[in-house]
Amino acid sequence: MAVTTYSGAEQYNFDIVKKFAVMSLVWAVIGMLVGVYIASELAWPFLNFDSPYFSFGRFRPVHTTSVIFGFGGSALFATSYYVVQRTCQTRLISDGMASFTFWGWMAAIVLADFSYVLGYTQSREYAEMEWPIDILIELVWVTYLIVFVGTIMRRKQPHIYVANWFYLSFILATALLHTFNNLAMPIDLFSMKSYSLFSGTQDAMTQWWYGHNAVGFFLTAAFLGMMYYFVPKQAGRPIYSYRLSIVHFWALSFMYMWVGGHHLHWTALPDWTSSLAAAFSILLLMPSWGGMINGIMTLSGAWDKMRTDPVMRFMIVALSFYGMSTFEGPMMSLKEVNALSHYTDWTVGHVHSGALGWVAMISFGSLYHMMPKLWDTRIYSRRLVEWHFWLATIGIVLYIVAMWISGITQGLMWRAFDEFGNLQYSFAESVAAMMPFYAMRAIGGMFFLTGTVLMAFNMFMTIRQGKRESAALDAKLAAKMAHA
Amino acid sequence: MEWLMWFSRPENTKPLALIIFFVTFIGIVVYVYGSKKRSKRLESYRDIPFLDDQEGTKDKQ
Repeated sequence: MAVTTYSGAEQYNFDIVKKFAVMSLVWAVIGMLVGVYIASELAWPFLNFDSPYFSFGRFRPVHTTSVIFGFGGSALFATSYYVVQRTCQTRLISDGMASFTFWGWMAAIVLADFSYVLGYTQSREYAEMEWPIDILIELVWVTYLIVFVGTIMRRKQPHIYVANWFYLSFILATALLHTFNNLAMPIDLFSMKSYSLFSGTQDAMTQWWYGHNAVGFFLTAAFLGMMYYFVPKQAGRPIYSYRLSIVHFWALSFMYMWVGGHHLHWTALPDWTSSLAAAFSILLLMPSWGGMINGIMTLSGAWDKMRTDPVMRFMIVALSFYGMSTFEGPMMSLKEVNALSHYTDWTVGHVHSGALGWVAMISFGSLYHMMPKLWDTRIYSRRLVEWHFWLATIGIVLYIVAMWISGITQGLMWRAFDEFGNLQYSFAESVAAMMPFYAMRAIGGMFFLTGTVLMAFNMFMTIRQGKRESAALDAKLAAKMAHA
Repeated sequence: MEWLMWFSRPENTKPLALIIFFVTFIGIVVYVYGSKKRSKRLESYRDIPFLDDQEGTKDKQ
């Protein structure tokens, strides 16, 4: 390995990283607030106010878009621009193009959220945006790819660090997924409405090829890139095994592409397709756990950090949830288990153990590590970080336990027969049985949201503190210069 | 072009795909773990995140 030391004369573009980092927290608060609201609507339906603008159907994609693309996406833009510059030891190739990705991405999310509330949707899960917004996203994404690849190409470090592999696979896969899932024909050039190029089973397969790979590459591979940089940095020791990270990368990238069909068990999809998807889902357990072990073992010899460093705790708990949800996922992809779990709240609980436990927790940990460095200061309050950690952890546990009980109860009620072979329960009876768990889920969400608000406040104060320290230093220097 | 029809039959393409992907995977594992010298080189890349730890690299835009 050639050691290329950093030259102080050269500067990184941290301005774009700061913008994305701040907006990721803004979107986290907005997205989770909407999430808590729609969870409360299910528990206390009067919150719909008999208005389509407040309905669950319109607010749900506002929640998913704001948290996945707003919070998660912005955190990924921020950390990928930070990591690629620091590990390649070079500046981004174009400040203008990087800036375009920021404004374009923000515009896409704002437009998408407003369009959902107004009733515009193409009804594709995690891809509800109508065609004009899809085109904007396409432009932003291609620019992101050019900036990222261009920066890697002019690196000073001969080897491309593994975190960048994960980020690049996420950018490439997302480009493919977004393009093919959104092939559609607008009904008119000046109309928001469009119809998908696919229909029937092919349409369902295309949607879940997109849907599960959005989980695989957007919500997993990319955040693993984050993990491979920020866990070693926070632990102050290199990743446990670089060779394992290579096998992890190739196995994960290859296997994820095949598993979308497990969302369509017991449907019109050919049986072999969903069986193949289930087989690959089981195989995925190995690279997933390999990656988890690699991350957790990085702390080997420094386990005391779990007690003393709340930021490290976020990261290790994130990896634990990653391990847990990548065990639960393959199990749910088995046809027999799926026959019980599918269409129930168990799926919702599984998604949130991954999204809150893994994605949000590793993002929080990485942002806590990165943001004070960006503003050249320390975290404003470590006690608030501790509070955030416990609120988030309790919130997740309440959420997923509620959804496990609710989901399994639903599944069992739906397939219970009486002695005459008729369904034992009506659908409305199963809905009534869910009520306490929906309230418990909403309360879990409130815990999680409160933790996020604390973090936003803590980071706001950290930035203010960094700016004050910087201004004081500048004033001191100016005074010294005046006296010289 | 009749030979192309061979690929249209799943009973042919499934084992073919299995062989290609399995051999590729084994190839990657052998590459990664097969040589002590290469292993040492690959493990040295673990330190890349720590190479530019100098502070004061902030962009004061």
